[in-house]
Amino acid sequence: MFYLKLSLRNAFRHPLRAVLTIIGVAVAILAFGLLRTLVGLWYLGVETSSSTRLITRSSISLVFTLPVSYRERIRHISGVTEVSSMNWFGGIYVSEKNFFPNFAVEPKTFLALYPEFIIDDAEKKSFLNDRRGAVAGFKLAAKHGWKIGDRIVLKGTIFPGEWDFVLRGIYRGAQRSTDESQFFFHWDYLNESLRKTVPRRADQVGLYVIGVDAPEKAPEVAQAIDATFRNSLAETMSETEKAFQLSFVAMTEAIMIVIQIVSYVVIVIIMVVAANTMAMTARERIAEYATMKALGFKWSHIAITVFGESLFIALLGGTIGVLLTFPTANLLEKELSQFFPVFRISSVTIYFQISAAALVGIISSAFPVYRASTINISEGLRRIG
Amino acid sequence: MYSGLLTRTLPFSLLIEALNDCGDVMKNNHGADLEEERPHIVELISVSKSYQRGSQIIPVLEEITFSIAEGEFLALMGPSGSGKSTLLNLIAGIDSVDKGSILVKGLDISSLSESGLASWRSTNVGLIFQFYNLIPVLTAFENVELPLLLTGLSGRRRKEQVETVLSLVNLSDRMDHYPSQLSGGQQQRVAIARAMVTDPAILVADEPTGDLDRASAVEILSFMGRLVKEFGKTIIMVTHDPKAAENAHRIIHLEKGVLLNPSQQKV
Repeated sequence: MFYLKLSLRNAFRHPLRAVLTIIGVAVAILAFGLLRTLVGLWYLGVETSSSTRLITRSSISLVFTLPVSYRERIRHISGVTEVSSMNWFGGIYVSEKNFFPNFAVEPKTFLALYPEFIIDDAEKKSFLNDRRGAVAGFKLAAKHGWKIGDRIVLKGTIFPGEWDFVLRGIYRGAQRSTDESQFFFHWDYLNESLRKTVPRRADQVGLYVIGVDAPEKAPEVAQAIDATFRNSLAETMSETEKAFQLSFVAMTEAIMIVIQIVSYVVIVIIMVVAANTMAMTARERIAEYATMKALGFKWSHIAITVFGESLFIALLGGTIGVLLTFPTANLLEKELSQFFPVFRISSVTIYFQISAAALVGIISSAFPVYRASTINISEGLRRIG
Repeated sequence: MYSGLLTRTLPFSLLIEALNDCGDVMKNNHGADLEEERPHIVELISVSKSYQRGSQIIPVLEEITFSIAEGEFLALMGPSGSGKSTLLNLIAGIDSVDKGSILVKGLDISSLSESGLASWRSTNVGLIFQFYNLIPVLTAFENVELPLLLTGLSGRRRKEQVETVLSLVNLSDRMDHYPSQLSGGQQQRVAIARAMVTDPAILVADEPTGDLDRASAVEILSFMGRLVKEFGKTIIMVTHDPKAAENAHRIIHLEKGVLLNPSQQKV
């Protein structure tokens, strides 16, 4: 109890220095938490992908389409339970700053393959029956104030023109991590227009989403699909949804690695700053530690005092940093919803933040603890006056 | 007054014992008599100490031999660099000898390990410093309580003991004050209370009045004199001040690490 009291009082002996160090640790822990969350979000699509879904796309590139006729041929491959298709539409709502992912999908099979998009039965029916009907995620609808029945116009970028939709459904995510910022509409609606305006682009899909009856069959089914279309005009590349998502992540992996490194560098920097503060503190108190040793206190007693002070400052700063992470994450989620629809701090991140704060406290006290506990008493006593 | 306080609180068996012997001690207020009549509490036998600076070895003390009687007030004097503070540190078990031995109450402290010395110091030696060396973030009470934290006494017993010594140094009303809220004289009295609180047989004081004004110095020296006379404490004091040294039973002069006629130097 005495050592705790002494550590706490020592911690605030120089209030300005203590407050600045605590703020420094808090900001570092906040930055560390946000950067880690950012990296985690980047891999969110991978983590939430289903093990019973395959993605089949053009073997040349994602920008090349596949004939719609492949659907029935894929459906007949052993192990396939459902086939759906989707096209990246890339439409803009009002202005480019309102970016959100929007896809033309084969609606019935799509909703069957994505049970994590929860939609009211009546809305689902209404959506399926209306060729101009669309479904939006809850967050997206809330952001733009959309209600069921609202007319939504998207300006096409890949498919030029103004595209009219009627909002027939709003889906909720089955999990907190499910993206609620997407927009889906009927592929038929897009295809019919293309048949009239750009016939050579009609009857093409961007990719197929394929349901398999068992996760362990996924590689076998993927091979069978690709074998079916080998030596055709549009050869395919099939992979699990996870692998497909990873291929996207891989494109930006270098950036993610840099962000990860930066998050650790932030911790190292604050560790050095805290260590410097603690070293300064220990240097100033050498005479006090020498006095305590002269009175009979052992090196371990002195070490506990210095260590306790350092750990207290780091953990206090860390706690403030963790507490600040939540409102900051909420703010980022609100402001950057088009890029990061889910900006949630995971319990693992909090654990890492607290561990990082504790590590800062432990490492930064190492040298001062060594110095204070090995001080020669008679030399230390001479430091006074 | 102190006797009254002690008989009321009775926290220190040794102090009470010393108090019972008080009459005898007061009769022996000359160093020569003390040396002859009282047992030796400290004995230094051929003690040498040197420091190394780079490759150079600097001798500080050479072949020091003398004894200090129980209940004696000894002043160590000498010019700067003569080795008096080093000698004091050796007696207090803060530093270790290169050669020779130091016996305190028959125990050769030069044979103790660092940890053993720390334990020994906590119960056998009270330390008084020139600049008081109080911990600034602790109150007077907490500063005095410090050495007791190593004794395993209960909180209640510690409180009783601290209150008693603080009342002995007339600081009962300042026990919740921090060092910065006390005058130099008051801080030194807190330091003396801290040195006394474990009831050590020996008090070592390194220039205890060096940072005080004359009035405070007289007060502190008078109080130290009372500790010897009334409680039978043995005090070894390093001082530059001849007036301060006059309060001692015996003065020992050191020069260039050598003792100048220890047994013949008396007040």
